[in-house]
Amino acid sequence: MSRSPLSVNRFRTIFISIWLAVIFDITFVLKWYGSGWDWPVAIIDSLISCSLLFIFCLPLMIMLQYYTPRQKNYVNIFIWCAFITGVWLALTHWLLSLALGHYEGYDSFLHQSQIIRGSIGFLLTGCVALAFVIWYNWEEQQENEKRKQDSEKLAKEAELFKLRQQLQPHFLFNSLNSINALIGIRPEEARKMVQQLSDFLRGTLKKEETQWVSLQEELQYLQLYLDIEKVRFGNRLSTVIESTDTTNEMKLPALLLQPIVENAIKFGLYDTTGETMIRITALVEGNNLVLKVENPFDPETSSSSQGTGFGLKSVQRRLYLLFGRNDLLVTEAKENIFTTIVKIPQATVTIAEK
Amino acid sequence: MKVIIIDDEPLARSVVKEYLQKYPQLELWQECNDGLEGLKAIQEHNPDLIFLDIQMPKINGFEMLELLDQPPAVIFTTAFDEYAIKAFEAHAVDYLLKPFSQERFDKAIEKVMAQKNISPEKITQELLETAAQSPSQSQRIVVKNGSKIKIIPLQEVFYLEAADDYVKIHTKEGYFLKNKTMNHFEQSLDQQHFVRSHRSYIINIQQITRIDPYEKDNHVAILRSGAKVPVSRNGYVRLRQVLGL
Repeated sequence: MSRSPLSVNRFRTIFISIWLAVIFDITFVLKWYGSGWDWPVAIIDSLISCSLLFIFCLPLMIMLQYYTPRQKNYVNIFIWCAFITGVWLALTHWLLSLALGHYEGYDSFLHQSQIIRGSIGFLLTGCVALAFVIWYNWEEQQENEKRKQDSEKLAKEAELFKLRQQLQPHFLFNSLNSINALIGIRPEEARKMVQQLSDFLRGTLKKEETQWVSLQEELQYLQLYLDIEKVRFGNRLSTVIESTDTTNEMKLPALLLQPIVENAIKFGLYDTTGETMIRITALVEGNNLVLKVENPFDPETSSSSQGTGFGLKSVQRRLYLLFGRNDLLVTEAKENIFTTIVKIPQATVTIAEK
Repeated sequence: MKVIIIDDEPLARSVVKEYLQKYPQLELWQECNDGLEGLKAIQEHNPDLIFLDIQMPKINGFEMLELLDQPPAVIFTTAFDEYAIKAFEAHAVDYLLKPFSQERFDKAIEKVMAQKNISPEKITQELLETAAQSPSQSQRIVVKNGSKIKIIPLQEVFYLEAADDYVKIHTKEGYFLKNKTMNHFEQSLDQQHFVRSHRSYIINIQQITRIDPYEKDNHVAILRSGAKVPVSRNGYVRLRQVLGL
């Protein structure tokens, strides 16, 4: 159920102010229109009429809260308003003649003004109903919007989780297998690799995708990953990481660079034979941190359309969600070197941090 | 018995080597780094048993087996591959999940010894049929072209044509033969991209430029390469469905 506009402070204030204004307005009209009535008559008449109308409007408001009519049922609102106005008119007539009937000429005035009172009453209830219908429609729309956003977010998270899962178990079990081998032949190295693997996994578990981290932190973490791969594939893998003090200080969203490097490893190491060099270069370009990841690939087995693996698609989506831009991730394949370039705007980083 | 280990990780091979030491009758003949090397070694040495990883550079374990006329007994070693494991289980093929123990390894060897007399060909054939249906397997077709191995990405395939016991795979470099049935390809290829237009033809729909009527009930599809591929009445219905006509 949606909340009533009267439960929102700002709207309650506006509503009460309008009602008070109507009371004053009617009082002044009674005082000065035509021959005019004395202050007590004007005030009592206005107070009784308006307060009663307000009370009569309450069931209308409550009803609209539970049942917001669809477009074709708007005529129902008219009927309710007319009915409420009628009952209200009869009751005020009776009350007013009881309270003010002893004033000379009031009864006939009351009688003559019925039609005007009725139309004002109908107008006011109509306005209240309209305001409430608009409010509830808007509320409903907002809620739908929110639900849509929530479900999209959930779907996205699930998708990202799944994407990550596809790569991790393979890596994890193969690493464990390498450790198993090392225990037999080089136990010292096995112990070291257990440490590296634990640190890496801890890092994966700890990090949230909403976090921003310094490049230095991210590179240290990736170094663990690359070191593990070096053990798995012997001397086939060599890595070069070029980063300056300036770029080390710059920030990037957590777990953004990792899928890019994983992708480089997948095509550059898993799908090739012979020596593999993976190069990560960090540069400053204007207000951007630019990261370049280069890996070799086997043009015979990986066709060009495969170039952007699923890892990169999720990176592209995240960049779009973070910065609203689609031009931050660029890939190119030249001869047998695949290069992924990602730009991370730094100004937005400070805004996001605040 | 001759044994060959095919795995792209040296440490993974060394585990198998270590566990093998217990069996003097099993002689480690060669270690291979990838599917192509494995293929060559098997053709050359004709081993009795191979240990085979699935995910490898060049060609993967399944693709390598596909290219063998007489596959040896296989013990698969893999870390994590949902589809492969499903295929193994469906055909009671023994596989070792990395990391595995000496005990588990011993059991696998025992099983192979017990099945010595059964030809592994049939099991392998059925296994490959199942494995071919996994999405990761069907991005390309691997064929033998004389002594060379050719990897054809699916988007480079124009159309497939039945030719006796083979299927002709037509590409811009001419056609390649694969020892499979049309039904195999119809089932393993993505039906949103490859449509069986005729009993003897499967078309890559991205290659179609137009479809013309031909004789009374039939049609003919004109491909970008200019090739004309017959379309039967049922094939026309299927094509229209996929093309959304």
